[in-house]
Amino acid sequence: MSDVAIKHDEHRDDLGAKLGMWLFIFTELLLFGGLFLVYAVYRDIYAEDFHLGALQLNVTLGTLNTVVLLISSMTVAMSITAIQRGNKKLSMQLVLLTVLLACVFLVNKYFEWGAKFEHDLYPGSDLVLQFKRGSIIFFGLYFFMTGLHMFHVVIGMVVLMVMWFKLKNTTINKDDNVLLENGGLYWHLVDLIWIFLFPLLYLVT
Amino acid sequence: MSNHKAEHQHITDYWVYGLILVILLALTFITVYMVHLELAAWSVAIALGIASVKATIVLAYFMHLKFDNMLFKILVVAVVMLFVSFILLTFADYLYR
Repeated sequence: MSDVAIKHDEHRDDLGAKLGMWLFIFTELLLFGGLFLVYAVYRDIYAEDFHLGALQLNVTLGTLNTVVLLISSMTVAMSITAIQRGNKKLSMQLVLLTVLLACVFLVNKYFEWGAKFEHDLYPGSDLVLQFKRGSIIFFGLYFFMTGLHMFHVVIGMVVLMVMWFKLKNTTINKDDNVLLENGGLYWHLVDLIWIFLFPLLYLVT
Repeated sequence: MSNHKAEHQHITDYWVYGLILVILLALTFITVYMVHLELAAWSVAIALGIASVKATIVLAYFMHLKFDNMLFKILVVAVVMLFVSFILLTFADYLYR
C-alpha cells in the first residue's frame, strides 16, 4: 500500500449553482409579471371599480405584513453573514427566526382572509357577484395574487427549514454555503413580490 | 483552481443589513402616508416609484447583486427590460385599438 493519500477533486460550482437559482427566480418573476399585467390592463379599464374594491382591504394588516416580511428578509440575509464568519449557532437561530416571522405573516393572512370570508367577500360569493364587473375582477385578482404569494411563503418556510437542518449537520458550513445563499434568494423573491403587491392591491384607492 | 468556488467572497456586515431594513421600513411608511394626501392621479405613480426603489435596494443588498458576478446584474436588467416591453406592447394594443 502506498502511503500517499489520493486527494479527490471536489466537484463544486458555486457560480453555476447561483446561476441556476437566478434562472428559476426569473421564471417566478415572469409568472407574477403576467398577473401584474392582467391587473394593469383591468385597472386601466375599471379604475373606479378597483378603487371601490381596494377600499374593502385592511391597510393596517397589509402594512403589518409588509413590515414582517421586510424584517424576515433581513434576518435571512444576516444568517448568511453569520455562517460565513463561522458562527453556526447564530446562523441557525436567524434562519429559525425567519421561519417564525413567516408564521406571523401567515397568521395575519388567516385573520385578513377570515374577515373577508365572514363578510361574504370571496370570488363567486352572492355578495361579490352583485358588484360591478371591475370589482368582481378586483377581488378575483386579490385572492389569486395574494393566494399564490402565500403559497410561495409556505414553500419558503419548507426551504428555510431544510437550510436549518443542513446547517445543523454542517452540510452548509463556513466554506460551503452557496445553498444557504440560494435559499435566501428564494425568500427575498417572496419579499420582492410583496413589495409590489402591497401598494397595488391595498393602496390604489 | 478550475472550480468556481467562493474565491471572491464578500461578507456584508450585520449593521449594513440593519440600515437597509430601516430605509425599507421608512419607504413603506412614506408610501402608506402618501395615500392619505389624495394626490389622485399621481398616487399610483408615486407608489410604484417607491416600490421600484425598494425592489432595487432588496436586489442590490439583500440579494447581494451589488457584490456578485456581473453576469447576474446583466441578466436581472435584461429580465426587467423584457417585462417592461411586455407592458408597453400590451398597452400600445389596448389604448390604441
